[in-house]
Amino acid sequence: MKREKKRTENDAASSLTQSSVGLLRELVAHLRQNRTRLREEWARRIREAELLTAMSQEEIFSEATSVYDNYVEVLETGSVEALQAYARNLSERVIPRGVETHEVLGIVLLLRDVLGRSLFQKYQGDVELLNRVLDAYEPAANRIANTVGVSFVEERERVIRQQQEAIRELSTPVLQVRERLLILPIIGVIDSQRARQLTEQLLRGIRTNRAKVVVVDITGVPAIDSAVANHLVQTVEASRLMGAGVIITGLSSETAQTLVTIGVDLSKMNAVGDLQGGIEEAERLLGYKVIQVEETAPEAPAA
Amino acid sequence: MRVPILKQRDYLIASIQSVLSDADLLQLRDDLSQRVGQYRSRGVIIDVTVLDVIDSFATRTLRAIAHMLRLRGAETVIVGIQPEVAFGMVQLGLTLEGIGTALDLEEGLAYLDRKAKRNLHDGK
Repeated sequence: MKREKKRTENDAASSLTQSSVGLLRELVAHLRQNRTRLREEWARRIREAELLTAMSQEEIFSEATSVYDNYVEVLETGSVEALQAYARNLSERVIPRGVETHEVLGIVLLLRDVLGRSLFQKYQGDVELLNRVLDAYEPAANRIANTVGVSFVEERERVIRQQQEAIRELSTPVLQVRERLLILPIIGVIDSQRARQLTEQLLRGIRTNRAKVVVVDITGVPAIDSAVANHLVQTVEASRLMGAGVIITGLSSETAQTLVTIGVDLSKMNAVGDLQGGIEEAERLLGYKVIQVEETAPEAPAA
Repeated sequence: MRVPILKQRDYLIASIQSVLSDADLLQLRDDLSQRVGQYRSRGVIIDVTVLDVIDSFATRTLRAIAHMLRLRGAETVIVGIQPEVAFGMVQLGLTLEGIGTALDLEEGLAYLDRKAKRNLHDGK
């Protein structure tokens, strides 16, 4: 008895998949037939929902057409690769124009809704058939929405990674301003990786330029937390091990306050208010003395 | 391997030639302590240019050497710490506090000359 029931279930399942293939085919034919109407309906809904405001109506319509065709193709073949490639390509084009994730997901869900409604309309006479059509349609539609969303987010992440890379490669220059005097202007946020890179560059700079004094200017660093402060302390110590003294300049009053509040030990740091002061201090340490040349009247050109 | 110790004017130069075992380091300590007395040196330079790693034992020993030699009347300066080594040491919290450091041998000699002059000055 039990076994028999199971068999009927199995049969039902296989006949379901078989019939779902047939249904999908029918569905695709329906969507092809009503392509123009459904596409326009979709574009109208997008406009109404005020999605994709960064794009013009013509653009929306032409993109909608391609998405529609891709959509139908996925329903037909079941392979999402082409759609994936298209979604990536689309994301690449629209992300720089400020299209947001919710907009992309929104339009795909709208299309799903538009197509769903057209199915309701077509099969409203036969609820049983409608149910089976929806059974075939829903998983495929979900898969498509999923693919497009994931492709968009992946593309976004790729852009972010690329930008991070670019920022990382903006090297922090180690510049020699006098014999044995280096300056290291730091601009932007310091994370642990960048701090490490900075230290490495500085230590290398000390060796190649045979520096005795280094002025590290952090005027351009917006915020300092304990991790960054500790990195600075480490850099100072490491430089000292290589025989170079470090002067930190450009600590803003907020930064100074933060450092005191979080209790970073800055006793080993030689701090001077601004870069100019730092360089003057460094010159004093190196024994330089800057003397202003007396102004003389411009000499008459020799005849 | 035993570290060769050269005498140059009032100074001794210990130039490390290869990776040192803990025993070699202790040997260096004893040798330097003895030579400083023998030559009446005023300064000692320890050149660690070839070392890729300076661990906690080496750091401790170097510090001990410096403090010992100061008691024997000589100033110590460590020269030639590589950038990677310096950063590694700092990350491990190994600092050579109270010991002179300089970029290379030449800087080390300049450092000792300066120290000697200052001491002379203070003595006046």
